[in-house]
Amino acid sequence: MKKIEAIIQPFKLDEVKEALMAIGIDGMTITDVRGHGRQKGHKEVYRGQEYNVDLLAKVKLELVVPSGRADEVVRTLAAAARTGKIGDGKIFVFEVAETIRIRNDDRGESAL
Amino acid sequence: MRVLPKVCTLAALASATLLAQANPDLQARIAAVDAATKSAQSAGDNAWMLVSSALVLMMTGPGLALFYGGLVRRKNVLATMMQSFVLMAVVTVVWAVVGYSLAFGGSGHFIGDFRFAFLHNVGSAPNPDYAPTIPQQTFMIYQLMFAIITPALISGAFAERMKFSAMLLFTVLWSLFVYFPLAHMVWGKGGLLNAFSGGIFPCFDFAGGTVVHISSGVSALICALYLGKRVGYPDTPMKPHSLVLSFIGACLLWVGWFGFNAGSALAASGLASSAFVATHFGAAAAALGWIAAEWIHTGKPSVLGGISGCVAGLVAITPASGFVQPFPALLIGLAAGVVCYTAVVAIKPRLGYDDSLDAFGVHGCGGTLGALLTGVFATCLVNDGLKDAAGKVLPLGAIDGKTGQVLNQLVGCGVAWGLAIVGTLVILKICDLVVGVRVTREQEVEGLDLSMHGEEGYILES
Repeated sequence: MKKIEAIIQPFKLDEVKEALMAIGIDGMTITDVRGHGRQKGHKEVYRGQEYNVDLLAKVKLELVVPSGRADEVVRTLAAAARTGKIGDGKIFVFEVAETIRIRNDDRGESAL
Repeated sequence: MRVLPKVCTLAALASATLLAQANPDLQARIAAVDAATKSAQSAGDNAWMLVSSALVLMMTGPGLALFYGGLVRRKNVLATMMQSFVLMAVVTVVWAVVGYSLAFGGSGHFIGDFRFAFLHNVGSAPNPDYAPTIPQQTFMIYQLMFAIITPALISGAFAERMKFSAMLLFTVLWSLFVYFPLAHMVWGKGGLLNAFSGGIFPCFDFAGGTVVHISSGVSALICALYLGKRVGYPDTPMKPHSLVLSFIGACLLWVGWFGFNAGSALAASGLASSAFVATHFGAAAAALGWIAAEWIHTGKPSVLGGISGCVAGLVAITPASGFVQPFPALLIGLAAGVVCYTAVVAIKPRLGYDDSLDAFGVHGCGGTLGALLTGVFATCLVNDGLKDAAGKVLPLGAIDGKTGQVLNQLVGCGVAWGLAIVGTLVILKICDLVVGVRVTREQEVEGLDLSMHGEEGYILES
């Protein structure tokens, strides 16, 4: 099993969700996060007081998929989240040791 | 030739009198018509003044509470709103006990007396010294709303760092020793600055440019200087936590201000309409003035700029609203937008004081500018209230040819500035000795919502 963690532009969330649903991925966890990579921040001015905002709003998706589907999911996700501009985000893929469904103690891929 | 109409009038009067004497029934009917006319006028005026009173209260809560509440950080939103709200309660009690009497009782130069203490004799009969067509209770409650919003305006300067107990003590003492005397000097019978009732320095302040805005704005500056900067200012970001709240608040202020200025005619009269128009024009031009200045200066026209500008314009037009024509009102507004923008953006950082929400930059500067420009643009074409002994309407401002009026306005500003500076300093010192004015560093970092009131404005997990 692989865990796929993607940090994407907030306005791309709906497109990414729909693309993943279309290939049959329906479980995911989403968090509002802030951060930056190479993308520079922006300037805000409130009554002349300037603030440089370098931590920008992003959305983090986490999903765990069977190892055999990981490549397909990553490709779908990246295609849906891409604008081609700086700030599109990143995808990280991890090995997952075990999955347990709390309700009935299912283990492994059948618990996904 | 002129004698003829007079003779005719006399003859008509004599015949009417004879007729009335001859017919007691007719006399009674004339008296009844007379009474009905007076009653109709009183009903109309009273309806407008009760609505105006409610509008002015709406300026404090929710108007000012939302405007200021949105400008502070999330951890101080309730404490800031509470500072406006609690004054709606506290000042009301002080007003009922002695406030109204100190502001509008008697005819001293500096302060009223105790004749209306505990609202003694303040009932449905009008007080002919101030508003002959409405119940004195209406006049009393209308003026109370001004006494409420004035100290609430100051809270913009000490937001995010003043102790709640100290704020209560400060505003009660400030009302007693700064607001009530100043209200009496400018509006009270025999007041030092009252142009319409025996003032030594006749100033024009239709709806409170001096009494409300200079007094609160200058006191705000003193509070900001006395309390010192907020922890972390100006290096830590202190962005407004919700400009949406501020936007709603500012728009409520704009609407409420019609009660503030047009209501100051104290009647549903043509003068009220004129003040209504001037108020609206002042706000509109000032919003544009601030936005334009900002657009040129920083490259972007901001929403916060627009709403700050409209408030600055409403402040500046306040003293002038019952004296100026629509186009001068536009000019006053435009000037206020640009001048207050400069005060807030260029002058404040240079002087280095931390006036959290720019109570001085908007109310102190806008109020002073408006008071001086009132001396320029006031005209008897709008307000014929000033008459000589023979009943001839007198000129008002420079535009009427009375250039000296600007000097009178300057004296009025000087008195208001002086009283605000000295009064506020002394009262802050007293509060500091009795309860301490500033919260501890830990309380300030935690946020006043939790440290002063034990609650939070936004509980998203519940």
